[in-house]
Amino acid sequence: MKDPVDVLIIGAGASGAAVAWSLAETKMHILCLEQGGWMNPATYPSTGRDWEARFYCDFSPSPNIRARPEDYPINEEGSPIKVVNFNGVGGGTVMYAAHFPRLHPSDFRVKSLDGVADDWPIDYWTLVPFFEENDRMMGVSGLAGDPAIPPRNPPMPPLPLGRSGTILAKAMNRLGWHWWPSDTTVATVDYEGRARCINLGHCTPGCAQGAKASTDITYWPAALRAGVELKTHCRVRAITTDEHGMAAGALYHDEEGKEQFQAAHAIVIACNGVGTPRLLLNSASGRFPNGLANSSGLVGRNLMFHPYAQIYGYVDEPTDSNRAPPTCLWSKEFYETDRSRGFVRGYTYQFGRGVGPVFEAVTSEEKGLLPWGAGHHAAFRRRNGHRLAMSAICEDLPEEHNRVTLDPVLKDSHGIPAPRIDYRISENSARMMEHGIASAKEILAAAGASDICVNSPILYGGWHLLGTARMGTDPERSVVNEWGRAHDVKNLFIVDGSLFVTSGGVNPTSTIQALALYVADQMKRRLSNLFD
Amino acid sequence: MTTNSPLSPTEREDLRVIAGIIIPASAEFDVPGADDPAIQAEILRTLGRDAGLVHEALDELARRAGGPLAVLDPARREAAAMKLRARGGAAVATLARVVLQCYYRDDRVVRSLGLEPRPPYPQGHVLEDGDWSLLDPVRARPPMWRLP
Ligand SMILES: Cc1cc2nc3c(=O)[nH]c(=O)nc-3n(C[C@H](O)[C@H](O)[C@H](O)COP(=O)(O)OP(=O)(O)OC[C@H]3O[C@@H](n4cnc5c(N)ncnc54)[C@H](O)[C@@H]3O)c2cc1C
Ligand code: SF4
Repeated sequence: MKDPVDVLIIGAGASGAAVAWSLAETKMHILCLEQGGWMNPATYPSTGRDWEARFYCDFSPSPNIRARPEDYPINEEGSPIKVVNFNGVGGGTVMYAAHFPRLHPSDFRVKSLDGVADDWPIDYWTLVPFFEENDRMMGVSGLAGDPAIPPRNPPMPPLPLGRSGTILAKAMNRLGWHWWPSDTTVATVDYEGRARCINLGHCTPGCAQGAKASTDITYWPAALRAGVELKTHCRVRAITTDEHGMAAGALYHDEEGKEQFQAAHAIVIACNGVGTPRLLLNSASGRFPNGLANSSGLVGRNLMFHPYAQIYGYVDEPTDSNRAPPTCLWSKEFYETDRSRGFVRGYTYQFGRGVGPVFEAVTSEEKGLLPWGAGHHAAFRRRNGHRLAMSAICEDLPEEHNRVTLDPVLKDSHGIPAPRIDYRISENSARMMEHGIASAKEILAAAGASDICVNSPILYGGWHLLGTARMGTDPERSVVNEWGRAHDVKNLFIVDGSLFVTSGGVNPTSTIQALALYVADQMKRRLSNLFD
Repeated sequence: MTTNSPLSPTEREDLRVIAGIIIPASAEFDVPGADDPAIQAEILRTLGRDAGLVHEALDELARRAGGPLAVLDPARREAAAMKLRARGGAAVATLARVVLQCYYRDDRVVRSLGLEPRPPYPQGHVLEDGDWSLLDPVRARPPMWRLP
């Protein structure tokens, strides 16, 4: 057995990195265990000629396709949306698209405003200082003045409009609909030791330039300098408890696969909306037979994905295609509830810039748009470099039947039970997606696009993993309290996307990290009576 | 050509034939077909984990053609290929993808598309700035977010 650490963090992704950095100033002994390793940007796909092909194998966003030993498998037969993630230092931020909106103030009050789901136990304004701190640490590019959201001041200028942004902006203006350059964590100028974006255009499978803010190059170097210890290739099997019902430490497999025990005075889980409930359920014991911190029965329930409705078409003029980061504009025209649309809550449009030639060929082949034979070349050339795309990020409301459980058969490379996902798209979400598709067709028509294609939902679009250990003041209706501490285990904290009470209609990572910084701040303020 | 190929010589030949049916050479665009020896070598070199499904698709193709594709006349080859495409499924999609992903990174093909045959890093690309006055009508809108 190893000497106990003061704080053991499990997971070195978006939230684990933020909480580690924030707690470092306490000078406590902080250790983070991460099942994956450090990434080497020199080996990212954009450094080779097969840069697009690797998206279909070792740099697939799907852990089931990537299938490295550090990627636990997921049984997702019961879900029309498949989980995508990344397991390594940086977590999902290694692969994310870096679209960085915040939840809106109304998202924290959905019950009061719209009579659905639950209000959060905290509000937008509580998180504002942490949003700002996170924007500085991750390095956000954007433009102040967006009328669709509360004021904020991104530290870097926005990405250029480019050709795709210009075509889309004109189309939106024709319709009189809201648009704005997206907030993104792509550095548009040299920033805190990070080189600016040079438009490699292939951000999701890792940024070789280091312009995209993954936490392995933002929070982690700062946290390590401040004394946090990070052990990679260490996969936690279970959290154990003592006779007082407190978390005692973690059983984990080290780099060589040997089982070890790490004792800790406090444990912070940051394994994401699938990894966290999996770990809590795998930590069932005589004292906690239904899984750790699960007296509410809600661990793993209320999984929210944000079903994405993707719509694209082709314009005559050339678009940016792969010559720019995929982040471009957003629109909040349909964000706030308007019941006349036939659904409650709303969605953001995330506009893209286009794709490279291999993606164009493979996806057009899948849609049957590319003839085999002599006509192939002309048909491909009409499309390649002319794609204009957008996705409606639809707010998923929490439903208990959408859940993560343990698969009775499937196991990871250490023999630990793997998660199973059961998820259905709700009536409300389905109506929202239909609206998103219909309105996107109007946008594409205003842009002069033809050959409209729809992917709804995006099959490998389960990138936002939310709600499976929700926060709240009522121990019967939530897993952790209003500052992230488990109701049932007073030295156990959760800081990742599982905390979300509702999902909002935006990509969640900015809010996930703000929440992690907020929980860390609450812990620091209560150090003398943290476990009372 | 790789010596320890996951495909048999007959399968390799069928792969070459069907790749040429999917993307034939074009004098108009000055590009080789996907049956070009260099492109075929690249497909075989990088088949990796796709070998199983490609093998399955070629098996199905041979079944539909009643034997190796290479011995059939062009009309019957094409008929068998089109039947395979109509059948669809993961194996056929994988076969098409491995052909397309190697074809569209071949130097000659990439150049013919007006692109540079190089990886994105380290040179990158240039993104045009655009005209921010397009935002003026949006800036003029009143706040849209709800204050709870
Ligand atoms: C392709 C893709 C595109 C995306 N695009 C966007 C975007 O544009 N904008 C946006 O906001 N979000 C985006 N996301 C989502 C974003 O990545 C996640 O929201 C974010 O990373 C979640 O943060 P987290 O801290 O909850 O978990 P993660 O970042 O997933 O971190 C969890 C970490 O825990 C580790 N872990 C899990 N279980 C264990 C265990 N038992 N033992 C040890 N370690 C463990 C994992 O290896 C992982 O590193 C995208 C994701 C993907 C995959
Ligand atoms: S486009 Fe910019 S942020 Fe994206 S991978 Fe390239 S350099 Fe990095």
